[in-house]
Amino acid sequence: MNWVDTIVQGTLLGGLYALFAMGLAVIYGVMRQINIAHGDFIVLGAYLSLGIIAATGLHPFLVIPLAAVVFALFGYALQRGVLNHTLGGDILAPLVVTYGLAIVIENVLQQTQSADPRSIKLPVLDTASLPIGGGLAVGVFPLIMFLAAVAVAIALEIVFNRTRLGVAFRAVSDDREMASIVGVRDKRLFGYASAISFAVIAVASVFMGIKFTFTPSLGPNFLLYAFEAIVIGGMGSFWGTLAGGVILGIAQAIGFALNPGWGILAGHLVFLVVLLVRPTGLFARTA
Amino acid sequence: MSVLLETHGLTAHYGDFQALFGIDAQVRDGERVALIGANGAGKSTFLRAIAGLMRSAPDAIVFDGTAIGSRSPAEIAALGIALVPEGRRLFASLSVEENLSTGSFNGRKGPWTLARVYELFPVLLEKRRASPGSLSGGQQQMVAIGRALLANPRLLLCDEVSLGLAPAVVKDVYAALRRACDAGGVSVVIVEQDIDLARAMSQRAYCFTHGSVSLSGESAALTREAISAAYFGVSA
Repeated sequence: MNWVDTIVQGTLLGGLYALFAMGLAVIYGVMRQINIAHGDFIVLGAYLSLGIIAATGLHPFLVIPLAAVVFALFGYALQRGVLNHTLGGDILAPLVVTYGLAIVIENVLQQTQSADPRSIKLPVLDTASLPIGGGLAVGVFPLIMFLAAVAVAIALEIVFNRTRLGVAFRAVSDDREMASIVGVRDKRLFGYASAISFAVIAVASVFMGIKFTFTPSLGPNFLLYAFEAIVIGGMGSFWGTLAGGVILGIAQAIGFALNPGWGILAGHLVFLVVLLVRPTGLFARTA
Repeated sequence: MSVLLETHGLTAHYGDFQALFGIDAQVRDGERVALIGANGAGKSTFLRAIAGLMRSAPDAIVFDGTAIGSRSPAEIAALGIALVPEGRRLFASLSVEENLSTGSFNGRKGPWTLARVYELFPVLLEKRRASPGSLSGGQQQMVAIGRALLANPRLLLCDEVSLGLAPAVVKDVYAALRRACDAGGVSVVIVEQDIDLARAMSQRAYCFTHGSVSLSGESAALTREAISAAYFGVSA
């Protein structure tokens, strides 16, 4: 096994897992809401992007902003229309509702798109690579995917730490009642958080569609990777989530290099070890 | 002086437990009103109800001619009612300055700005990037008051501002609060355990006993005997 190559490949793959995770981290961070359908929305986003590409002939990268806007609007409407009504009481309610959504999405996709594996074709770039010395090369596409994850992490850090919206997000997360006393309209704010989450889901879904071949049933796997990246990284900063994704990616890459059957398992094992040794995550800023 | 806030038979419940039994109270423009009474008498619940945190009948609370009993806390904040809550309840993951800035989330314009709050409490300027957890109790209380002032309120509700503070600090905090409110003609409702302090800070006072008003009047005219009789629910 070439360690350097394996770790580089794992790091770049980790960027995709971080993209999966950051959307989930936004809504958990702001309203302690868990979206069980998160992975299924990633799959849905990939089919949506395929549809946009088929209809317009746009380059997949140009579809990203379009899909992000569509998904952000959808996320806002879903939060205001459905998910807000599940918050504030039993913690089971949002879980059950989003689990139901997951089942609906998967089955509608099975029905309308069939179970055939699909993928988003990337013209020109899909096999291009950059030599990085020592006889190694990195793929241009995985590098772009990783840089997209870094860009999303930077953007989220700016929104959460440098804007009034971010102050309101953190205030409502600290103490929802006190936030409402100072005038935060929490239900609208949750809509904004969901819009951001879904925009990130759209970004993740295009990269996922190019990187993997996907079927309607892959959602739960992506949800699991997203959870694992968050738990490994710890809550409180998107850099932690990015690091969590990268660690998961590296663990999988090393596992795959040792034995093709061990890749996914190695990722789960690292997740379990972190959960045992540091349940708050490696880079947690808040409890 | 015209009436700014009025409650009519205000009741409040926590589940099956009734905390307020028909409170009729008034706060006039620019007036400071004290609420006194034993723990559990319903003073904090009264403030919570006005801030929109309890379920009330729409016209049980009238603010400046508007029935606000069924409005949400954010809507009430936008009308100009600010609360300094018991235990301060600063946002732990926000810096001091960010905590102060949340006061203006209600969107009201007025005389209070960050700069003026720092003028009132200069020590907060030095600590503006600090986490509120690293401040002393008195400084934390200043942040809670500054946050409420930045709402540019017409009515300020202060719940046990002196709780857990050294006596000298309590004096400073109340002096600052008084200066701030007198300057802007802000009406204040003060919940305070120290009866002498409550009387000194207010023009009128209500004494709460078991969720009802047992005594009310001009603060200067209320004798300690009358208050302690009302306080313990013993009729004189």
